[in-house]
Amino acid sequence: MCTFLGAPAMGEFLGAPTIGDAPQRVVSLNLCTDQLAMLLAAPGQLISVSRLASDPRSSAMARQAASWPRNAGQAEEIFLLNPDLVLAGRYTARATVSMLERLGIPVQRFDPASGLDEVPDRIAKMGEVLGREAAATALIARFEADLLSLRYEVGTVRAAIYQANGYTLGSGTMAADIMEAAGLRNLMADRPGGGRLPLELLVMRAPDMLITSTPYPGASRSEEILSHPVLQAMALPRANTGPDWICGTPYVLRAIRDLQEAAR
Amino acid sequence: MSLLTLTDLKSFRRERMVLNGISLHIAAGEVVGLIGPNGAGKTTLMRAALGLIPFSGNSSLMQMVPRLRARHVAWLPQSREIAWPISVEALVALGRLPHGDTDPAPVTAALHRMDLEALRHRPATELSGGEQARVLIARTLAQQAPLLMADEPVAGLDPAHQIATMQVLGDLARGGHGVLVSIHDLGLAVRHCTRLIALDQGRIAADGPPREVLTPALLHRVFGITAHFEDTPQGPIFQPLSTV
Amino acid sequence: MIRVFAGLGALVLLLFAASLLIGPAGLPVSDSIDALFRGEGEAITLVMREIRLPRALLAVMVGASLGLSGAALQGYLRNPLAEPGLIGVSGSAALGAVLAIQSGLAAAFALALPLAALGGAVGAVVLILLLAGPRGSALTLILAGIAISALAGACTSLVLNLSPNPFAASEIVFWLLGSLADRSMQHVGLVAPFMAAGTIALLSLGRGLDALTLGEDAAAALGIDLARLRLMLILGVAATVGAATAVAGSIGFVGLVAPHVLRRAVGAKPSRVLPASALGGAAMVLAADIAVRLIAPERDLKLGVLIALVGAPFFLRLILTQRREM
Repeated sequence: MCTFLGAPAMGEFLGAPTIGDAPQRVVSLNLCTDQLAMLLAAPGQLISVSRLASDPRSSAMARQAASWPRNAGQAEEIFLLNPDLVLAGRYTARATVSMLERLGIPVQRFDPASGLDEVPDRIAKMGEVLGREAAATALIARFEADLLSLRYEVGTVRAAIYQANGYTLGSGTMAADIMEAAGLRNLMADRPGGGRLPLELLVMRAPDMLITSTPYPGASRSEEILSHPVLQAMALPRANTGPDWICGTPYVLRAIRDLQEAAR
Repeated sequence: MSLLTLTDLKSFRRERMVLNGISLHIAAGEVVGLIGPNGAGKTTLMRAALGLIPFSGNSSLMQMVPRLRARHVAWLPQSREIAWPISVEALVALGRLPHGDTDPAPVTAALHRMDLEALRHRPATELSGGEQARVLIARTLAQQAPLLMADEPVAGLDPAHQIATMQVLGDLARGGHGVLVSIHDLGLAVRHCTRLIALDQGRIAADGPPREVLTPALLHRVFGITAHFEDTPQGPIFQPLSTV
Repeated sequence: MIRVFAGLGALVLLLFAASLLIGPAGLPVSDSIDALFRGEGEAITLVMREIRLPRALLAVMVGASLGLSGAALQGYLRNPLAEPGLIGVSGSAALGAVLAIQSGLAAAFALALPLAALGGAVGAVVLILLLAGPRGSALTLILAGIAISALAGACTSLVLNLSPNPFAASEIVFWLLGSLADRSMQHVGLVAPFMAAGTIALLSLGRGLDALTLGEDAAAALGIDLARLRLMLILGVAATVGAATAVAGSIGFVGLVAPHVLRRAVGAKPSRVLPASALGGAAMVLAADIAVRLIAPERDLKLGVLIALVGAPFFLRLILTQRREM
């Protein structure tokens, strides 16, 4: 039902030619630009993606990323790749990015997507900078159609995102949009953006469901809060966030579907 | 009654023999002055006898368990260490530690004996050096041990307090205690000690009444000095004259 | 004297109650008290019993441990600059705790956390006693402390930076500055036995430390077994500071400020300074933990930051007075 739940679907956009002066040696430094570029670039156009792109804990496209050479985001290394376009996030390694600019390499910065409505914008921008507008238009059309068919009405279940260090996400975030599209009411909708929520405030707000992060290997004190006895005493149903939640790519659809299944 | 018996005491420090076969007795009623030039081994002798440093041979004190030893002998080290601003009274009361009691009587008596009543509530660290020396002596008195060993108790005191301190030691001996005191001031030693032990390079060079120990030959050999020694109606007077 | 102890006890009780009643949720006082004693599983009861109570208890336990350890170390070394944080004991305990957590030992076996922290602390105390010698001079003590702290801090950072967990590296600041946020009754239960044993060991040193006021020779001649005293000191400090650091990170200056402020008020005798510093330390950490919640309730401001703001000037003052006396 949803095209973006399987990677092979991307293949159909590959092979179309790039337009005239489109960049031919594109290097991406950011997890989200990695994924947009992998979805849209013509064969051979994208010559390197960031190391995170192939980390299954962060990247929705870890498997696909294996086909591209990886970079560690160091200015020297990027320069030696001789790129004619560097893709970066608004906040990634500013020192590195500005050094590359001083060295005369064109850089395109992408803002992180803070909602589902920004996904088409990001796809369109990536299509534009890569000279792949047609592929981008098709991808956007598919995304919007799938989102429409997937979206639930917001119900009565009050859920809260609660991650390591008590970090929660309120209104105006991708996570909040994913929750609402999945039919859940965001308990933190009254607070804009992300921030720390003291445990006792979470308890007093009495959520019906918790959406927590999947613990990383190698323990950390930051994640201990997710197994605090008070949360165990509340015995709430839980769902997990994951790589699909992070970037403004069509993979957010997979996050919505998974959350719908978990909340059922 | 013998309060201290040392037999063939030897002590080494960095492979150098500091004490070489010391044997002596201290009995009740005696004030024994331990004399000798710097480095003769006076401090080492007393610390070894107390088991504070390793030694070979025998010290009668080592036959007692530490707590009983602390009730038998009070030790006044040369370093006048007072780490914290505790009151004079509290410091003197530390002498009661081996007894495990808080009996105020011995503390009050010790304060009185060392003329410290006016200072009893003052922090001991704020006193002058001489006052601190008296406070530390008072602590050993409060310990009420039959034997008192004191390392240079009069060093740094003014003449009046030097004399007063030596008189306290004499009073103790007359009250049935035994006292072993190391002292550099031979004039005070002659007047206040019932017996002198002269140490020279880790050995006992002489042991007996002051008159018999401080012979011109011994003074020449051990101390490298000549002296005037005279018995007067005010007691014996000893005055070093020149080096040889 | 009795008035000082009664006052300190009242202060600790007052701050403990305040710590229970102050929090970001702004619960009504009467409801909070009711929930604490009579609640039956509703949200406010959970908040009071599972979040605020362990936090307040740990503030008391950690503060008392640090204050007591500081007083004991100072009594033994006869130096008011000795403090578990400054001489690297807390830092080494943190290294032990971090190793236990990152190696997975702590997950497999809960006691591994306090035990590893205790091990780190033992190492540091032994090293300090070796380096500083029987009577720790201020200079060697501080220099040895700087070296041990720097080494332990570097190793802690290294272990956390190498962790596969991306959050671990950001926790360096917790281990260096300490926090009581989001601790649970499990943590209380885990460290309480270590702190209790360490506290008993340290409080039993009073007589010996009193005698040490007169120096090692005088103390030994007063019947004090210095070897045993040293062993009890090492174990007591390691158990209390190790346990405190395992759950709260390194919190510096408590063991410096508490004895310093209270010493003269209780007559300066180490046996009195010990319990007074335990109470004083508890009050300090309780107050600091209330302050971090009032100043920045949603930011997890680190305890060590606040206490250092108070403690560092004290430390500088002590150095000045010591320099004058030298």
